[in-house]
Amino acid sequence: MRQELFEARYGERWSAFELAIGASPSSRSKKSKKKAVSNKTAASVDAVIAAADVLPADEVPRRYREVCHHLALARDRHYGTALVRRLERLVLAGHQVLYGAHGMEGGVGQFLRHGFPALVRKRFSYVLASALLFLAPLIACFAVIQYFPDFAHVVLPSEQLANVQQMYAPDNFRLGAERNADSDFAMFGFYVWNNVRIDFQCFAGGLLFGMGTIFFLLFNGLSIGTMAGHLTHIGYIETFWGFVAGHSAFELTGIVLSGAAGLMVGMSLLAPGRQRRFAALKSRMPDIIGLVYGAALLTFLAAFVEAFWSSSRIPPVEIKYAVGVVLWIITLAYLALTGTATPAVSSENKHYAR
Amino acid sequence: MLDTLRTIPTPEGIELTLKVAGPVPRAAAWSIDLMFRLIIVLAVQAVLAALGKVGIGISMLLWFALEWIYPVLFEVLWQGATPGKRQCHLRVLHEDGTPVGWRASVARNLIRAVDFLPFCYGFGLITMLLNRDFKRLGDLAAGTIVVHTERAEKPLAIPSAEPLIPNVSLALWEQRALIDFAERRAKWSDARAAELAAHALPLTRGVSEGETAKRLVRMANYLVGRR
Repeated sequence: MRQELFEARYGERWSAFELAIGASPSSRSKKSKKKAVSNKTAASVDAVIAAADVLPADEVPRRYREVCHHLALARDRHYGTALVRRLERLVLAGHQVLYGAHGMEGGVGQFLRHGFPALVRKRFSYVLASALLFLAPLIACFAVIQYFPDFAHVVLPSEQLANVQQMYAPDNFRLGAERNADSDFAMFGFYVWNNVRIDFQCFAGGLLFGMGTIFFLLFNGLSIGTMAGHLTHIGYIETFWGFVAGHSAFELTGIVLSGAAGLMVGMSLLAPGRQRRFAALKSRMPDIIGLVYGAALLTFLAAFVEAFWSSSRIPPVEIKYAVGVVLWIITLAYLALTGTATPAVSSENKHYAR
Repeated sequence: MLDTLRTIPTPEGIELTLKVAGPVPRAAAWSIDLMFRLIIVLAVQAVLAALGKVGIGISMLLWFALEWIYPVLFEVLWQGATPGKRQCHLRVLHEDGTPVGWRASVARNLIRAVDFLPFCYGFGLITMLLNRDFKRLGDLAAGTIVVHTERAEKPLAIPSAEPLIPNVSLALWEQRALIDFAERRAKWSDARAAELAAHALPLTRGVSEGETAKRLVRMANYLVGRR
């Protein structure tokens, strides 16, 4: 068949298909059709409605296969480039409409109730490794400084220690007026910006074969342990521990989990098994991203508590300790006891494994 | 075949052709996005300055959102393109040619932090140059590609002329070249058309220079089936 005849015979069908997928790019076809109506002139409104009449939605897949067939023919018969291009564009658009509808992935509520705690347990070995990398230097530094106070100056520069010391000085705390709500909010913005970014870096550092993650975990463990040890040793116990008690559960868990995600990235690259490295990484990506989501949410929560509760000087320190302990119990119980692995998690795996 | 074309087999037994985008247009798109984000931050900050410390908090949150959430939201909800990418006619897709989803977009945008190292997308650029699809580390990890979007072109019409049977039997690809020539004829000056037509020597031998292009168009008319 000559090109002109081919085009004359099927041109209208292609146009109808083009209109149908252009007017309904997703399952929300009604909405976008309305939008198209409001945007276009009366003439093309008719065209859109006509397309919907000519090509009902359940007809689209069959028509798509037809266009694929025509493209194959056009290529095989060496029809002109412009025609082949046009058909390629149609096929690509159709492919994206038909295969692109993955739908929502269970939603945030579902993820928090079931998926996330189950995921943390499923990947417990990574969580444990990350916790050890983070908490071992933290506890070690803390303990060493109780006996050899000068060790603090080995780990951190003296100016930084002086800075921290001044921040938590009891006189400073008692004399200073209660911080008001607007500076609380400014600090909230800062904590979110800074702390969640640290989580993300912890995770992304895994791409350097895990070295970035290990570095960030050790580094944060060392510096937090040193500061805590130093402040405890010089006796700023109530101001420091009273301040951090509230948000420590969310904050430290967030770091550990983002570290676990980073370690998973690193391990996928180092020990991909019988796959290529990035294929191995991709197949684990749903779990990894799940951990990062969860860690980011926990850190966000921590920033909220840190800005609006931890900084408050009204409640007595005993209450702050109590709240801290309760939040730790809630966090650990949530991760350890709630949630069951849902089919949603495994179906996402399929999508990535393709 | 051009080096930047990638073919993806589909279940229909056909191959999709995607044009992968290289570092230069992507850097341009990123710069445009950066400009947009700076404008937003500066504009909002001007307003928020009146709010004092609450304003500082809000602008911190805003900067966080623009840094980490802006690209993800746009890529997933706006046909795979941030405003900058749209300006440069780029689009993010899964490797299989389907529109990018939440998880892949989040992955590729968080790993931006590594691509940016050691400074100004150093790792990202090196990685892009080391693989065929111009993927930065984030793209490799998330399984995404950035492609040029095809702009819908007006169908080119072959100028109609009296059909002429080619005086030499032509292979399929030669016929196709002739049709392409005729389709694009309207875009060239007469001199340029004559220059190109001169390459088809066996078809145009002995024809005066002003007539060669016309002769090829007539043959193309025959080839597409006009009688």
